[in-house]
Amino acid sequence: MSSHHPAPGVDGRQLQSLVDRHADLPGALLPMLHAIQDEFGHVPEQAVPVIARGLNLSRAEVHGVITFYHHFRSHAPGRHVVQVCRAEACQAVGAVALEAHAKKCLGIDFHETTADGAVTLEAVYCLGNCAVGPSLRVDDDIVGRVTPERFDAIVAELRAEVSA
Amino acid sequence: MNTRIYVPVDSTALSLGADKVAQAIAAEAAKRGIAIELVRNGSRGAFFLEPLVEVQTPAGRVAYGPVQPKDVAALFDAGLVTGGSHALSLGLTDEIGYLKNQERLTSARIGLTDPLSLDDYIDHGGFVGLDNALAMSGADVVKEVTESGLRGRGGAAFPTGIKWNTVLGAVADRKYVVCNADEGDSGTFSDRMIMEGDPYCLIEGMTIAGIAVGATQGYIYLRSEYPHAFATLKEAIHRARAAGWLGDNVRNSGKAFELEVRLGAGAYICGEETSLLESLEGKRGIVRFKPPLPALEGLFGKPTVINNVISLASVPTILAQGGAFYRDFGMGRSRGTLPFQLAGNIKRGGLVEKAFGVTMNELIHDFGGGTLSGRPVRAVQVGGPLGAYVPASQFDLPLDYEEYAKHGAMIGHGGIVVFDDTVDMAHMARYAMEFCAIESCGKCTPCRIGSTRGVEVIDRIVANEQRGRNIALLQSLCDTMLNGSLCALGGMAPYPVLSALNHFPEDFGVDKTEAA
Repeated sequence: MSSHHPAPGVDGRQLQSLVDRHADLPGALLPMLHAIQDEFGHVPEQAVPVIARGLNLSRAEVHGVITFYHHFRSHAPGRHVVQVCRAEACQAVGAVALEAHAKKCLGIDFHETTADGAVTLEAVYCLGNCAVGPSLRVDDDIVGRVTPERFDAIVAELRAEVSA
Repeated sequence: MNTRIYVPVDSTALSLGADKVAQAIAAEAAKRGIAIELVRNGSRGAFFLEPLVEVQTPAGRVAYGPVQPKDVAALFDAGLVTGGSHALSLGLTDEIGYLKNQERLTSARIGLTDPLSLDDYIDHGGFVGLDNALAMSGADVVKEVTESGLRGRGGAAFPTGIKWNTVLGAVADRKYVVCNADEGDSGTFSDRMIMEGDPYCLIEGMTIAGIAVGATQGYIYLRSEYPHAFATLKEAIHRARAAGWLGDNVRNSGKAFELEVRLGAGAYICGEETSLLESLEGKRGIVRFKPPLPALEGLFGKPTVINNVISLASVPTILAQGGAFYRDFGMGRSRGTLPFQLAGNIKRGGLVEKAFGVTMNELIHDFGGGTLSGRPVRAVQVGGPLGAYVPASQFDLPLDYEEYAKHGAMIGHGGIVVFDDTVDMAHMARYAMEFCAIESCGKCTPCRIGSTRGVEVIDRIVANEQRGRNIALLQSLCDTMLNGSLCALGGMAPYPVLSALNHFPEDFGVDKTEAA
């Protein structure tokens, strides 16, 4: 659980270089958006015209793609992103209760970030971990058999990392 | 030679702490001055035993599980490196009933090898199919696949050979092979296991497809929810290229095939093939009208083979052992095997590859051991979020595409999600509509609006507002979605809804006898 998202400052030159590096790929937009989000933690508003120019698209087209996909976000997330699986296999072993617990424990709803900036909570529809649910994704780690107690321990660990 | 100890790198094993177990084993061995070779293999697929540690002994691989870091010291005390006996001992891995009683063709290598080792892959029969294909004409390769009876494992079950033949016959300056690795169905993980546990098998299958139909570029469209599979595929492609299995002159055959993995971005609809192609082209994943078929006008308007991971990963076996070998498994028009996935409320969840014709009872009771909670099984959802809920009375049906279709259900990608008797089927029906509303691409009205209306109508039924009238309305709405939607999302979301209503009317407040 060490993959922190970078701080939200956006360097224009870095942005331009990411756009340039991907512009010649066939079907470049998704790989480009991934690269930008991996770098900045989100796809900032000021990236839209830069991408549009780089790919000879309208800003509306770029905006349309960013907003179509659940993965891309337009605002910086917290230092960690925690996704709770809502799909059927996890529901069969208590995901509904886990979701409620997660929201209550963090005091936020899906797509929100805790006041201390530690955790952004998201819903996810299947992590392919369906034999050992309920499952979470914490940044790039998948966690199985998550009880409410385990959830609390994971969040405490994430918060401890932040203050360390 | 140092003793080989295996600890899986599969996502599910990792989700249960396999990395920490591997670290503990390495540390304990170092502390005791024992030289070991730690191999990070794929998972055998018996997820209830993960993290599953195996040790190579003269008698074969000996298994222990589920192992936690705190068990490691005691395991060494008990003679782990020589396969010594311990409370977590499972005996020889090959003799574990769950694994022994399977018929593994497509998933045969997963768990045996280091997924990224080309030597391991070749030692376990890898690339024999590709070598055979390189010595054949494209038409003969397609014929072999057609003869195998292989049908699309993503869910639609369209004959793979016929699809390939259309692309083979198409004339174009460029053709593509696209692998649909957007495994979004809840209860499924067989694609993920292939990609993480035996990636060269998928690479080999795609290369064979490219060589067969004359395509020179392949793309794997992988869902972003699979970060481990992404890393493994990228590295495997890199190594395969460096060793001459990919590139502009595959194995000095004069034939070219290049491969790239692309990440999706969290859209269930992109598992629909035309939506996937739009997404690969860098657009919103909006479903296309068919025709034109992707086989004729697919990616960037060019003829495209688009197949699921398991379909493509089944091809090396077919080319290595012959179409007839594969066809001899299965029943009726469902030939070969399917890696079924036991998920949800199940005691022994995991991957069970069996020939078609196996029954649900065999899968969920003989293999799965019933529910995790120990309560009776009430319903099973087969084939993902668009699959029907099957009641216990149908658990003796053979799992065969046609048999299931006859009963208003589908096998789909082989995901089996088990629910015990605490499940509220009206809630599950509502969720099916809610999921459809969240994931609809928005192009056609029945799906885009019907799903939202469906949630509202189910809420009214449950709240007993004009229940009879609203049930009739829900049935009519489902009829519109079934018949009027552009693709399977809106067209099949009614299956879980109607099956829940028909088999479990009491959960909707309807008297069972009255409904019948």
